[in-house]
This record gives sequence, C-alpha cells and structure tokens, in this order.
Amino acid sequence: MFIRQETIEKNAILMLVLTLICISVGGIVEIIPTFTIETTIEKVQGVRPYTPLELMGRNIYVREGCYLCHSQQIRALKDEVERYGHYSLAAESMYDHPFQWGSKRIGPDLARVGGKYSNDWHYAHLINPQSLVPESLMPKYAFLAETPLETGLIVNHLRTSRIVGVPYSEDAIANASKDLLAQADAAADGDALLKRYPRAVQVAGKPGEPTELDALVAYLQVLGSMADLAGATPAKLKQ
Amino acid sequence: MPTKIEKDVFSGRDTTGHEWDGLKELNTPLPKWWVYTFAATVVWGAAFCVLYPSVPSLRGHFDGVFGYSTRESVTADVKALEAQRAKVLERVNATPIEQVRKDPQLMAVATTAGRIAFANNCQPCHGASGEGRPGYPTLASDSWIWGGKLADIQQTITFGVRNAHPDARASVMPKFGADGILKPDEVGAVADYVMTLYGKAQPGPATAKGAAIFAENCVACHGEKGEGKREVGGPSLKSAVHLYGDTRDAVIAQVTNPRQGVMPNWNTRLDAGTIKSLALYVHALGGGE
Repeated sequence: MFIRQETIEKNAILMLVLTLICISVGGIVEIIPTFTIETTIEKVQGVRPYTPLELMGRNIYVREGCYLCHSQQIRALKDEVERYGHYSLAAESMYDHPFQWGSKRIGPDLARVGGKYSNDWHYAHLINPQSLVPESLMPKYAFLAETPLETGLIVNHLRTSRIVGVPYSEDAIANASKDLLAQADAAADGDALLKRYPRAVQVAGKPGEPTELDALVAYLQVLGSMADLAGATPAKLKQ
Repeated sequence: MPTKIEKDVFSGRDTTGHEWDGLKELNTPLPKWWVYTFAATVVWGAAFCVLYPSVPSLRGHFDGVFGYSTRESVTADVKALEAQRAKVLERVNATPIEQVRKDPQLMAVATTAGRIAFANNCQPCHGASGEGRPGYPTLASDSWIWGGKLADIQQTITFGVRNAHPDARASVMPKFGADGILKPDEVGAVADYVMTLYGKAQPGPATAKGAAIFAENCVACHGEKGEGKREVGGPSLKSAVHLYGDTRDAVIAQVTNPRQGVMPNWNTRLDAGTIKSLALYVHALGGGE
C-alpha cells in the first residue's frame, strides 16, 4: 500500500529493517507478559518448594512421561470441579520447572491426587495397575521398585532450582540428603522434615536405600495438597 | 522484471504480469467467501478483545466490557448445581440415616448420589461393586472389620482408617514374628490353628499347640473363637472373606509382619451429605446390617 512490494524486494536494507520490526512484534507479545508474571500468581498460603524426595519423584514423573496420559490442571469448569475438586491455581505450580499441566487425559487428572489414596495403594498400583483397576490401560512400573534412587546430585538440584527462583533456604540445602532419607523411611524421625516442608508424606521405603518408586509415591502424595484453598473465592484470588 | 498483465485465453483470468523464461503465472484471487470469512474473524477477534478479558498490562489485565471471569462463572455454576441438588439432598441431610433407608424416595436419591461418589472415590481400592481387592476390604459381604451398621459405615468413611486424622479408626496388630514375640515355629503353629477357624484345615492334636498360642496372644483382638472384635478393629478370622489371603503363607506373613491398611478421611474431600449417601449406598451393596 504505502511501500510497494517491488520496492521492498529490491532494497535489502529496507527489507531487513521491516523484517526485524515484524518479528519483534511477535517477540514482544511473548516476552512482555513474563515480566508481569507476579501479577498472575495468586496469593494463597501453603505452597512450598518440593522436598528433595518429591523433587526426585517429579524427575521420574517427567522421565517416564506421565504427563503424556495424565494432566495436572483442573480447569474452571463445573464437571471438572465436581470430579477432581477445586480448580487449579497458577500458584500451585509456581515452583514447577517446568510445570506438568499436560494436555491429555488418557488417565485421570492428577492435580489433586495427593492424599486421595493410601501409600500402599500407590505402591501396588504403580507396580501392577490392573491388580487394583482391572480395566486400566496404564503400563506396569514395577521396575521402579527395583531401581535405586540416584541421590548424589540432590544438593546441586536444589541449588539449581534456587537459581531459577525456588526459595530453598541454606538450611534446606544443607539438610537435603538427610531430608530425602527421612522421607523415604516411614519409621524415621520426620520432625525436621515436616518443619521445613509441611504436609510432606513419609513413604515406606527400605531405610537408607530409597528406590525410584518411593520418590514417585512421595511426589504423587503431595500433589494439590499444599495450597490452603479454604475461602479462596475468585474475588480474593484476583489481583 | 517486465510487468505486463495479460488475459489468459483459456481461463479468462489475468496473469500476474511476471515472466520467467517464458513461463507466466495466473493471478487467481482467493475465493470471495474465504476473504469475507477472514475479514469476519478479524472483526470477531477485535470485538472479543473489547468485550472479554484480553490485553495484559503491567498491573493485571484489561477486564473487558462484560467483566467476565471463568472462575466466577464456575463458582456460580457449582452453586446453582448445589442449590438444585439441595431440593432433594436437604431432606436426606435432615433425616436421620436410619429413617432415610425406610423412605424409598429418599433412598433412591441417596443411592444415586452414593453410586456416583463411589465410582469416583472408592472404586480404585474397593472395586466397582465393592467386591474388594487383596488388602482392601470387600464391602459387599457381611464381614465387617469396623462394623456394618449405617452409623459405623458413615463413621469409617468420614474419618478413615489409620491416617493422620485424630478421629480415624486405628488398630495396630503387633509384629509377632518380626519383633520376636513369637518364634518362627510358633508363628507356623498359630497359622495352622487359624486355618482351622475358617475350615481350611481340620482341628486335631497337631493344632493344639497353635490353639494355645492363639489363646495367649490373639484373643484380645480377634475374640475367643476368632469371631473378631469390632470395637478394637480386630477382624473376624472365621469368615470366608480374607483381607490378605487364606493360604498358610499369607497367614504367616500377616502374623510375622502385619500389613496395616490405610483409608483416607473423606471429610476433607466430600461434604457430609455425600458421605451420608455413600454410607447408604455401601450399606445396600449386600452386607449392611
């Protein structure tokens, strides 16, 4: 219209400048909102960083591709709220890097599965899902029970998480290995762990030898149970 | 580049005016319906941005002329649903649970609500029709660990079993084998005796030793003849229904290092009316007392 197509095609500098403007529009639209991310995270109490064991369990969740069949977001729709509970909040995945919202539901949503079943159930179900839910399509994850958990890098893992904004304290980092082992052993003293990480669930691992299954169960048992949602009306959640 | 627009003799359309080594290209415009539809979507998009929440700003976002919010909408939806249900559920809530059972109309409401809640929450452990699974009690038989009256079932669902809730039902079977209370051969003997209780073995001189050990260690919770004691959550051993199996190995495993099943307290997930409906539904599965 204002500049003829032919003029642009014949003038490399002009074309370069206009291309740059064009692309930067897309960039701005994508980048600017990340600077205002604070305004999208609701202010609710209770959401804490993952415990070392939960964090390792989350890694296994990601590694095994659980997100390919299970979502972790309860949408603000009547039937979802009826079935799964309170709709998910951004605040509930603010310490997830990356978040596991997912987009497929071959299996049920897991955003609030924490505490819905017993630890025993999760162990039995992950080892052989069909033993509890005969019609289930889920693969068996029995090998997780035989795979020792790789725990050597847990301190670095917490440090790295802190760099991207997860508020692990020095205290939490110093005690990472201790907390991990305490949570993986139901008989261990969990007072220090629970003080640092309220609502953490101790699982029934072999003392001192946590498996990948222990970590995964610990992670599943905390999903959706952190945020204090009593009295969380839309008006209060809005910023 | 020569730009000489010509008319193509075959299609009657204009060419683009470009020529590449003798090749010319027809200038075929987009279909009119497509162009108009595209324009309409642009107008629709712009209108949507004005009417609904859209453009982000540094402090929140533009709320839109309608002030629509998905969260407010779902909150209102759920409220409307609850109000609609309340018409019938209110009567279920207000009526004592024993009375509900005698009223066919209320019972129809409660069992329907219970059936749906059961499928979502209870089926993964207790099975689709309450048949139970190894380690998860059957609800369709008259063999109850904590009692099969309506009030008992309601209590169990509300507070659960062996969880962190202070009112949860709790019973702890000692680790007779693992903690060395009984020696391995004594565990075997008591298992032999226990098997006679549900008719899998014949009582005789061989089971006398086991009977003596049983009388000393087990009757406090399981009763004189293994009939169970519900007030302490000691399961009946005479029943044909077995939580962890009826083989000798299964009994030995349970006496050595007992499994302690856990049931969540549902009062934090389900409302009182739903729990009441669930109790009525479970009671009606076949084993209610």
